[in-house]
Amino acid sequence: MERLGLPAAPPPPPERREATKGAAQAGRLGAFFRQRYPLGGLADLLAHKTVPVHRHTVWYYWGGVTLALIGIQLASGVLLLLYYRPSADGAFESIRFIMTRVEFGWLVRSVHAWAANLVILSAMIHLASTFFLKAYRPPRELTWVSGVLLFFLLMGFGFTGYLLPWNTLAFFATKVGTEIAGTVPGIGPILRTFLCGGSDVGDATLSRFFWLHIAVLPAGLLVLAGLHVLMIQLQGMSRPLSSMGERSTPPPAASAGGGSAHSAGPFGPAAGGGAMPFFPNFFLRDLLAWSLMLGLVLCLSVYWPATLGEKADPFAPTPAGIQPEWYFLWMFQTLKLFPGHVLGIEGELVAIGLTGLAGVVLLVVPWLDRPARHGRSSWLVRLLGIAGLAYVAGMTGVALWLGAHH
Amino acid sequence: MCPRQVLSRRVFLQYLLKGGVVALFGATLYPMLRYLWPPRGVESSVSSVVAAKSGELATNAAKIFRFGNRPGILLHTPRGELKAFSAVCTHLNCTVQYDDEASVIWCACHNGTFDLNGQVISGPPPRPLEAYQVNVRGDEVVVSKPA
Repeated sequence: MERLGLPAAPPPPPERREATKGAAQAGRLGAFFRQRYPLGGLADLLAHKTVPVHRHTVWYYWGGVTLALIGIQLASGVLLLLYYRPSADGAFESIRFIMTRVEFGWLVRSVHAWAANLVILSAMIHLASTFFLKAYRPPRELTWVSGVLLFFLLMGFGFTGYLLPWNTLAFFATKVGTEIAGTVPGIGPILRTFLCGGSDVGDATLSRFFWLHIAVLPAGLLVLAGLHVLMIQLQGMSRPLSSMGERSTPPPAASAGGGSAHSAGPFGPAAGGGAMPFFPNFFLRDLLAWSLMLGLVLCLSVYWPATLGEKADPFAPTPAGIQPEWYFLWMFQTLKLFPGHVLGIEGELVAIGLTGLAGVVLLVVPWLDRPARHGRSSWLVRLLGIAGLAYVAGMTGVALWLGAHH
Repeated sequence: MCPRQVLSRRVFLQYLLKGGVVALFGATLYPMLRYLWPPRGVESSVSSVVAAKSGELATNAAKIFRFGNRPGILLHTPRGELKAFSAVCTHLNCTVQYDDEASVIWCACHNGTFDLNGQVISGPPPRPLEAYQVNVRGDEVVVSKPA
C-alpha cells in the first residue's frame, strides 16, 4: 500500500491477529484434507441440507437428543468398565467400590443410570412424534423400521444393563424377563437357555448380559443408527401432511456462512414457513438442546444419585413391591391382569403373544396405514395410536400407584 | 427315451464354487454357534435334602431352603403339619414366600397366591407348585422329591 502512495493502515489489535492466524491455520488444514480426500460431497450435503420449518418443527429435535443421550451412555459406560467386574461374586462389590471409593464414581454411575432412563423416554417421544406426524409415509418406510428396531435395541440395553449391578431387584426382574423369553413359541426354550447360559439365572447369565450390553448390542446400534441417519440424510426430513398447505418459501441458499441467509441469524426465527439450513441454523439449536439435556442429566444425578440396593440372593424369596424399570411396567401390569388360563391357553402366553403382536404391528405401521401412503390422514390410525399410548401410560400409572401403596 | 443331460464344464464349476462357498460358511458358522451355546453344566441330581432341624421352624412360619440349585419352601402350617414345595412360582419363575397373616403362599412378582397344598388360589400362575415329601428323621427334617 505504501507503493501506491497510500498511508499504512494501523496494525490490527493482537486478538484480531490471533483470530486471523487461527483461521489461516484452519484453512490450511482444510486444504490439506481436501487435496487428499474427496470431501466436496460431504461439504455440499452439509451446505444444502435443510430442515422444514412449520408449527411441528420442535419434534425434529428429539432424534438428535436421543443420539446425544446415547453418546452420554457410551462415554459413561466406557468409564464404568474401568472398575466393573462381571461376575456374581464381584459385580455388586465392584459397583459399591465405584460408588464409594472411586473419585466421582457415584456421579459416573448416576449419569449412566439416569441417561439410560432418559434415552428411552427421548426415543419414545421421537417415536410417538414420528408416528403422529406420519413421517413413515413413502419413501421413508425403512427409516421407520430402522427406528423401531433401534427402539427395541435400546430396550435391550436397558434389560441387559439392569442385571449388571447384581442386586435383588435386577436379579428377579431378569428371572421374569428370561422366563418371558422362554415362552416365545418354538424358539423360546432355546432363547432362554442362550440368555441364561444354563437352566437358570446365575453367574453365566451375568457374563452373557455383560457381553450383550457392551459388545453385541453396541455393534447392532452402530449399524442400525448409521443406517437410520444415512437414510435421513439421503431422503431429507419428512414434512407432516398438516403443514403441506402452509405457506412455503424455497429453502434459502446456504452460503459458507450459513446463517447469513437469514435476517435474524442462526438463533433467530427461521425465515417464512419453508425451511432452514441444517448447518449452522438447526445444528446450533440441536447443540443447545443437547447441552440442556446434559445439564438435566447432571442435575438429576447430583440431586437423586443412583442407589445400589441389596446384593442378589438366589435363595431368598422375591421381595414385596418388586417392579421392573418404568418402561417395562405396562407389560408387568398386563401380565398381572391375565388369569392362569384364557380359552384353554396359559394366560402368560396370551399376554406375551399380544405384546409381541403389538411390536410387529408397530414395525409395519407404514404398510398398515394405507391412507397415509396416498397422502391422506386417517382419524382411525390416529385414534388407535392414542389408544395404544393411553394403554401404556395407564398401565404404567396403575403399576406405579400400586407400587407406592403396597 | 429321455435325451441325455450333459453337464457342461462351466455349470459343473459353478456348482463346485457355490457349494464350496456354502461349505466354507457352514464350517465357519457351525463352531461359532456351538461356541455361543452354553456348555452342559453339572445338573443337580439331588433327590433329597435336609431342609431344617426339627423344632427350628415355629408354627405358622416358613423357610426357604436349597434343593439342588433351586429354592424350595418348607412350611409349618397353623395346624402343625410340615409341608414342602418347590419355591419357584409356576408363572414366571420368581421365588415365592409365605404370608403368615393370610396363611397362603404368595408370589410378589405378579401377586399369585397358592394354598397350603400348593394349589393356585388366585393370580396368574397356571399350575400348582411342585410338592415334595417331608419326613422327620431324628432331629432333621428331610425333604425329598416324590418317586
